[in-house]
Amino acid sequence: MSETTVSEANNGSNSQPSSISEVTIRLAGNSQDGIQSIGGFLARLAGRSEREVMTMMTIPSTISGGASIFQVRLGSGEVLSPGDKADVLFAFYQHSYDNHVKNLAKGGILVYDSDHVEPDEEWLTKYRHIGIAISSLTVEAIGGTARDKGKNIYALGLIGRMFSLNTEKLERLINERFSGKGESVVKTAMDAFQAGYRYQSGDLFNLFRLARGGDERSNQVVMSGNEAIGYGLIAAGVRFGAGYPITPWSDIMELLRRELPKYGGSFIQCEDEIASVSMAIGASYGGRVAVTGSSGPGISLKAEAVGWAVMAEMPLVVIDIQRGGPSTGLPTDVEQSDLNIACYGGHGDSPRVVLAASDVEDCFYTAIEAVNIARKYSVPVFVLSDQAIATRIEAFNEPDLKTICKDIELDLSPVSSHKPYDLSSGDGLSGHRAPGTRIEDGRYPVVTGLEHDESGHPSGDAVNHIAMTKKRRNKLKTLADELPTPEICGPDSGDVLLVGWGSTKGPLHEAVDQLTKEGYTLSSMHIKHINPLPTRLEDILPRFKSVFIVEMNDGGVYGYGQLAGIMRARYADARIKGINKTAARRWKVSEIIERVKARLEEETVAA
Amino acid sequence: MSDSATLEQPPQDAGERQPVTKKEITADHPTWCPGCGDFSVLSIYYKLIQKRNIPHENVTTVAGIGCSSRFPYFVQAHGVHYIHGRALSFASGVSLSRPDLHVFTFGGDGDAFSIGGNHFVHTARKNIKMTYVVMDNFVYGLTKKQTSPTSPIGFKSKTDGWGALDKPINPMKLAISAGASFVARTTHTNPKHLLEMMDAAMDHDGFSFIECLSECTEFYAGAFDSSNPRKGGEFNLVPEDHDPTDEAAAYALASEDFPGHFGIFYQVQRPTKNALEAGVIEAAQSKFEGKPSSDVLQATFNRIK
Ligand SMILES: Cc1ncc(C[n+]2csc(CCOP(=O)(O)OP(=O)(O)O)c2C)c(N)n1
Ligand code: SF4
Ligand SMILES: [Mg+2]
Repeated sequence: MSETTVSEANNGSNSQPSSISEVTIRLAGNSQDGIQSIGGFLARLAGRSEREVMTMMTIPSTISGGASIFQVRLGSGEVLSPGDKADVLFAFYQHSYDNHVKNLAKGGILVYDSDHVEPDEEWLTKYRHIGIAISSLTVEAIGGTARDKGKNIYALGLIGRMFSLNTEKLERLINERFSGKGESVVKTAMDAFQAGYRYQSGDLFNLFRLARGGDERSNQVVMSGNEAIGYGLIAAGVRFGAGYPITPWSDIMELLRRELPKYGGSFIQCEDEIASVSMAIGASYGGRVAVTGSSGPGISLKAEAVGWAVMAEMPLVVIDIQRGGPSTGLPTDVEQSDLNIACYGGHGDSPRVVLAASDVEDCFYTAIEAVNIARKYSVPVFVLSDQAIATRIEAFNEPDLKTICKDIELDLSPVSSHKPYDLSSGDGLSGHRAPGTRIEDGRYPVVTGLEHDESGHPSGDAVNHIAMTKKRRNKLKTLADELPTPEICGPDSGDVLLVGWGSTKGPLHEAVDQLTKEGYTLSSMHIKHINPLPTRLEDILPRFKSVFIVEMNDGGVYGYGQLAGIMRARYADARIKGINKTAARRWKVSEIIERVKARLEEETVAA
Repeated sequence: MSDSATLEQPPQDAGERQPVTKKEITADHPTWCPGCGDFSVLSIYYKLIQKRNIPHENVTTVAGIGCSSRFPYFVQAHGVHYIHGRALSFASGVSLSRPDLHVFTFGGDGDAFSIGGNHFVHTARKNIKMTYVVMDNFVYGLTKKQTSPTSPIGFKSKTDGWGALDKPINPMKLAISAGASFVARTTHTNPKHLLEMMDAAMDHDGFSFIECLSECTEFYAGAFDSSNPRKGGEFNLVPEDHDPTDEAAAYALASEDFPGHFGIFYQVQRPTKNALEAGVIEAAQSKFEGKPSSDVLQATFNRIK
């Protein structure tokens, strides 16, 4: 048995475990090592242990054999972002060590596989290093046949011990996870886990103890953002969908394909994205709102059909899990650069609804809201998520499914007459009657992408086109009046308002907290409803001297990004400026802080 | 607006109702040019609806874009005028989510085999239940005489002033090789045969495809004269000894030079996508014994706690 190599860095050793409220652990290895699954276990455990949890994971860009990392932030309070720097780094290989050691926080701990990693003199003095022969110890523990497979579970044992996690629950999770694969697999996994857990080391296991979270979080579910969207759609009553595989949207279509039949529904894999959106619209026409979705180039392909749904006034939900673009772009990286295509993608004036989810829990509720808006307003609704939330696992309070879950009944009750594009109601709402509905006056509707009169017959008449354009746009005005005013975090007036959308919510919130502690007065606001913008938003902006829109897209030719562009056009306010990032990585809290400070300095110099 | 109180209460059972009259099923006067072949397809569709006694509210007509695709406006029934080339995908969504309806899709050769070529192949192979009638005029009518995917080599169009260069698509071969389970050929100049084909297509449980020659009198007059006895041509039915389940024989029929034969080239029974998906649903639901959806989702959530 190899010895533990413990180097003492300047932080010194402490035999009393310190109680900490949160910890960020980064595991760095190769994708075939099952690193992501450690994260899954920890997230589940945290969910069952009344701890708030947020995890971050990046998918390796190669399918197998590529470098892979998983970062998990466990906390007993509210965890807003996946954490900037790691408190503990597990490095399985030399490249993992070399590439990630700089992401360790001051005073952080580096656990490395001494079978593969040779620590660097420079870092030895900076961080406390703990070398463990993870590979050979795993082989020893599980009988030596499986080579070093099982390292991940061994490491999970180490982590379990290190943070005094609930072993009973962890073992139950391992059991649940592997029981489908046969007893011997479960036994191997248990052996690896227990060997890791029982590993003898000086004071490695006496460093931390995670404080327990409050009881109000006792009933949590744990899932990724993509899963949350899928289940949200099901809860809202969606029973039909169609799609074409593309990362990172594919998880959702796989989930719906697997789950929908349990509810009497189906999800169809089509030959391309155009067929997918068309099939979904066809099912909506059939009487129950349907979903399609995609990422990157797939969204571009859907544009014409979405325009038809706007024109024909058909309900539809379009899920867009944004990735880096344009074109094939950065398939496995994060970016918020689809806002423009979601709001404006398509020829002609084609008003549609765009919502953006901010975290995993919000993915669930945003999907539900999208379905309800699509039905009520007979309009396509985009749900924007991004690669950062799509694969991230979080725990959140279990939704009350009894009250939330809906089945949408097919309504074919006869009507005396029906105009699919009735202009008489000022709010623009008319409503769809599915085939099979008897129209007693014998005048049946044609739904169409040609400009049409109230019954759906082609009309090139100018007065009619004005009226119909107004009808389609008025639906969004009606909706805007119903939308809640976005909440402000911090004082509701002052010097600086930081505005974000989508997955920037957490980091922005944390940045404001920290800057406030440093003595700055500033506030943040998160916009979920982007098209239309909530009517009451316009009262908020004038209350601040500067408004910075923080987003993960290009500042463009004129120095502001996509949401900033939309808001500038809307509020004609030149004080709206952009803080943008195109590094295809999520915002770190520290980056936002630096950029805000730099910007404030610029503004003072200019003033 | 009608006063519903003066209307008779519709009988609940569609079977008891009077069959829909031609007048009731007729909508706007077609905008087609006089003599356009599409008129006969429309009037045969009216006949079929009456003959089959389809309840008025269940008539569902879907089309893409093209002269032929204006079809739904001329039928007084639920109709869809979708986008160019994608009518089959739309109709598939209706068919798969509404097993109670028999969806009819109409379109032109460009709509079906050029911009919609991919969807044609995949709808056929998936055997999605519906009837698809392509009104093939060998030209782009609506956009005024460009080469279409079925234009014969040498056809002088506005995009090939010197005569079309590219080998045309053979719709019958394409349909057979893609896996369509009902493949028939007819022409607008023989309404009786057209009705027979539509009737048989509607009886078919699967994707039933009909290529109907439909002359564009405006941009390709006389294209089909050699198939029209009244214009000195010949109309030959599929030989009586042809076995429509024999794929190779069907392919051989489809390979004949114009005007070839008319009738059902190929017809086999294989499971529809609709039935296969219903099977998946039944298997999945059997485990939940009619529990409400909130219970089903709760069971899933219990596993991810
Ligand atoms: C995306 C798109 N591209 C092009 C067109 C223009 N367009 C309309 S119909 C048509 C071709 C029509 O030919 P066909 O499908 O054979 O129908 P026909 O008019 O001959 O009945 C074209 C190219 C369009 N409406 N949409
Ligand atoms: S242009 Fe040709 S296809 Fe179009 S309506 Fe006229 S005759 Fe018919
Ligand atoms: Mg044509």
